[in-house]
Amino acid sequence: MNILFFKLTVLVYFAGTVVYLFYFSSKKDFLSKYALGITGAGFLLHTIAITIRTIESGHFPLSNLPEALSFFSWGMILTYLVLEYRYRIHILGSFILPLAFLSLISAAAFPNEIKTLQPDLNSTWFGIHTTFSVLGGVAFTIAFVAGLMYLIQEKLLKSKRFNILYYKLPSLDLLDHLNQQAISVGFPMLTVGILAGALWAGDVWGAYWVWDPQRIFTLVTWLFYLGMIHGRLTIGWRGRKAAYLAIIGFMGVVFTFFVVNLLVKGPHRFI
Amino acid sequence: MNIVLIGLNHKTAPVEVREKFSFPEALLGNYLTQMLASPLVTEGLILSTCNRVEICATTDNIPECFDYLSQFLYENQKQGPSIPFKQFVQYLYYYSSVDAVSHLFRVSSSLDSMVVGEPQISGQLKEAFDYAMINKSTGVILNKLFKKAISVAKRIRSQTKISENAVSVSYAAVGLAKKIFGDLTGKTVLLVGAGEMSELAARHLINNGVKNVMVTNRNFQRAVELAREFNGTSIKFDDLEAEFPEADIVICSTGAPYYLIHCEMVESAIASRKNRPIFLVDISVPRNIDPKINALENVFLYNIDDLQSVIEANLKERQKEAEKAELIVSEEVETMDRWLKSLNVVPTIIAIREKVEAIRKLEVEKTIAKWRTEISEEQKEAIENLSVNIINKILHFPLSALKAEAHQSHGPQVIQTTRKIFNLEEEKKASSDPGADREPSDGSLSGLRDSTKNQ
Repeated sequence: MNILFFKLTVLVYFAGTVVYLFYFSSKKDFLSKYALGITGAGFLLHTIAITIRTIESGHFPLSNLPEALSFFSWGMILTYLVLEYRYRIHILGSFILPLAFLSLISAAAFPNEIKTLQPDLNSTWFGIHTTFSVLGGVAFTIAFVAGLMYLIQEKLLKSKRFNILYYKLPSLDLLDHLNQQAISVGFPMLTVGILAGALWAGDVWGAYWVWDPQRIFTLVTWLFYLGMIHGRLTIGWRGRKAAYLAIIGFMGVVFTFFVVNLLVKGPHRFI
Repeated sequence: MNIVLIGLNHKTAPVEVREKFSFPEALLGNYLTQMLASPLVTEGLILSTCNRVEICATTDNIPECFDYLSQFLYENQKQGPSIPFKQFVQYLYYYSSVDAVSHLFRVSSSLDSMVVGEPQISGQLKEAFDYAMINKSTGVILNKLFKKAISVAKRIRSQTKISENAVSVSYAAVGLAKKIFGDLTGKTVLLVGAGEMSELAARHLINNGVKNVMVTNRNFQRAVELAREFNGTSIKFDDLEAEFPEADIVICSTGAPYYLIHCEMVESAIASRKNRPIFLVDISVPRNIDPKINALENVFLYNIDDLQSVIEANLKERQKEAEKAELIVSEEVETMDRWLKSLNVVPTIIAIREKVEAIRKLEVEKTIAKWRTEISEEQKEAIENLSVNIINKILHFPLSALKAEAHQSHGPQVIQTTRKIFNLEEEKKASSDPGADREPSDGSLSGLRDSTKNQ
């Protein structure tokens, strides 16, 4: 049952992605309205799918990679809807929808049947660990998107090319602000995620911290964002520099999440 | 009754001519009274702005009215060397009926303006209409026409993007500033050189939230004066470098033939501002800001050509929107034309006759049908004749009165009322586009207002 809703969601997000990509380079402003409607419908389906899955499996749906990807995608769309409501930056959808869609469809590439959970995964700390880690990932992705949009808009402003994109992209100040906000929300989330993970590991294995590649890379990413926040507060790292850093940080997140997960053996291997 | 319009604008007449024919607001009442003194003009309105003079009137005699209005305009020109009447007439355009309506709608929606889409004209038109109302120089036709012209302008503004995006240098600067800073509230602008351009740009920036204005100028006195005007601070020219980091926006417009603002100056300013961006506009020719600083991070520099290119892009955009607006205008002209035609007396008489005849026929047939065979052909004929005679006799009074009144100045209104009494409008409306006339109930109210005006 939940699979059907997931498939529907994938289709609707695909439609949303297509419309948003058309909107990106089109003069037809009304496209954003359709795209937003489609996205809203997709979000509803997605929420239903996750709810059904939770009921069917009997545990919080964040126990394997596909579930994490689906939850990530859900978090992205939710954040987008909130940002759209707050700032009315329609073009943000042209960046976020493709990412949410890709994340959800790659979830479908993995075996996705509900498995009985290993007892050691079914704890509160584990739930907090996964939820906050993924939500932190959502925030860092938003920072990445804001950084990307900043660089594009800055390029247009500097080279004096006043095309459609220039009009659609919001002000540099807003993009920089978005970047900063996303990181200052994402960082504490990641911190909570790491701490909950350590506590959970302590419960299950008796050791709070082990130096495996996953944890090392996570720590590096965490330190990177810490440095970035510090740099902004003290030296005034903002604008282009902050945008580049958000992009690099996001690369780190993706690397830590995917590459390490898929290549390295350890408790973080989902499949 | 016909609508006529004569006028001259920036396309037909040079400024030396236009400025001689502008009507000062304070005297507009007198001019209107003077214009309406002629029996040729039944309703009239004058729109006078720095780019155009338009006189719109209703008349029974179009050619004579054109002559009269040209003469009227010519006689009311300002003091000074006058141009011969023959030459003056060449600056004028003449429109009547549908063409006049169309021209007026294009004027009100700023399609005829020097800068297409500039919104001031619809406000000026509304003012001109208000003056005419106060002076009771308009009646049922021009009231309807100008209300429509104002609503057409509104419709075009909301349905097209004709007034979006800046098309002047100072507005373009505001637009760019907004793309950099988002909200301009609380930002500080520094004017280097107290010229007219920088003054104008500063004014627009203040209207958009900029709080602090700093002015510096070689002639310090001028800086003090301009600063006072904006409640800002004046800075000695030698202190420019010290105060420079305070400014978020710098507008540079001096006559200096060299760079006043250098890379090092901006670099150190950015450092002391903790990388908060600086937006610089160099409207001076030759340039006063080293163009190399545009390469610095968080620094955005635009010169006059850059701004010009924004304006050109926006103008092109407006031109495209203007095409959509023209479609709306022609649609609205058609609606107006239909209404004007309904004011014509002959179709009204025909419509009344047809309506009454239809009622008569129906009733007679019903009566005859009741009797079926009990009634002879002769009797049938008698009933027919009786009914025809009754309606003819009754209709005689209103129809002859209508014909007589139609040619008076309040004719259109009488026709309008008659159509309402005989309920002709409702039927026409039901058959035509329901959105064609959006104010059916208001229409009757304005009719009442108009009637008091004409008494």
